[in-house]
Amino acid sequence: MVDKTELARQFIEAIPHAQALRLDLTRIGEGEAEISMPYNEQLIGDPRTGVVHGGAVSAMLDTCCGAAVMSHPSAPGGTATIDLRIDYMRAATPGQKIHTRATCYHITRNVAFVRAIAIDDDSERPVATASGAFTVEGR
Amino acid sequence: MARPRPEPMQVVKQRRDAALRALVEGVPYIRFLNITFDRRGDELTGVLNFDEKLIGNPFLPAIHGGVTAAFLEVTAVITLSWEHMFPRIESGEIEANDILTDDSIRFPKTIDFTVDYLRSGLPRDSYARAFINRSGRRYASVRVEAWQDNHAKLFAQGTGHFLMPQSPKPNE
Repeated sequence: MVDKTELARQFIEAIPHAQALRLDLTRIGEGEAEISMPYNEQLIGDPRTGVVHGGAVSAMLDTCCGAAVMSHPSAPGGTATIDLRIDYMRAATPGQKIHTRATCYHITRNVAFVRAIAIDDDSERPVATASGAFTVEGR
Repeated sequence: MARPRPEPMQVVKQRRDAALRALVEGVPYIRFLNITFDRRGDELTGVLNFDEKLIGNPFLPAIHGGVTAAFLEVTAVITLSWEHMFPRIESGEIEANDILTDDSIRFPKTIDFTVDYLRSGLPRDSYARAFINRSGRRYASVRVEAWQDNHAKLFAQGTGHFLMPQSPKPNE
């Protein structure tokens, strides 16, 4: 059997937009994934404060959720987002790395349910949370 | 009573375009995604100019779902900011140069944003338009739709809630 964790990692690293955001898949397997993103001035949403734009955090959370689905033991292959909701709790602190962790907490033949959280150095106060439904694609 | 003589068209256009340019081009992330805005009067259409780095699935290929979410959110925030500031831009109270330098000019903050993915985003330009459902003193609700070749076939739509900028209290 192909190592699905390795397959998912290669898949994520081959994504052009993941490369553009310099995403780093730090952990994956059993329906869970962790991705980190270094601070990057190109991603600033508010030039007066240097805070990263929420859109970049959304892209990260979406990628992390997709990776979690693909790494689930019951997922046969790829996935696509059906819907995703992001709640923004606070601005990420400028200069700090952002980390996301996603969990695929339920999966059926056709749909995977996922939630995720984004934090920076202060792990006690979430930057954003996400919850969404993803497709379950066959091979 | 005679109405005041309308301003020359070039003056109006120049003022509006300069304000919009300041609003959009001052944000590094909007430049990173290469999102531009077309303006007809006060109506804005966001344009996500296609580039390889926006791809999320290289096998299809398709635009990254996160890019689609960001495009919808940027269109929502810019449209909301634009409509919020438009009267003050028209009156000359806000000038283009003030938009990103004057600390008293603040922008709406996203509270939450939900995206429905209706079909995959093809590797070509995308367009989006935002509609303000309600804009109150503190909160606003905005709906956004995005399409590619055919406006009747949306590839994504979104709804978001925003915290409106509060004018500073007199003794703050």
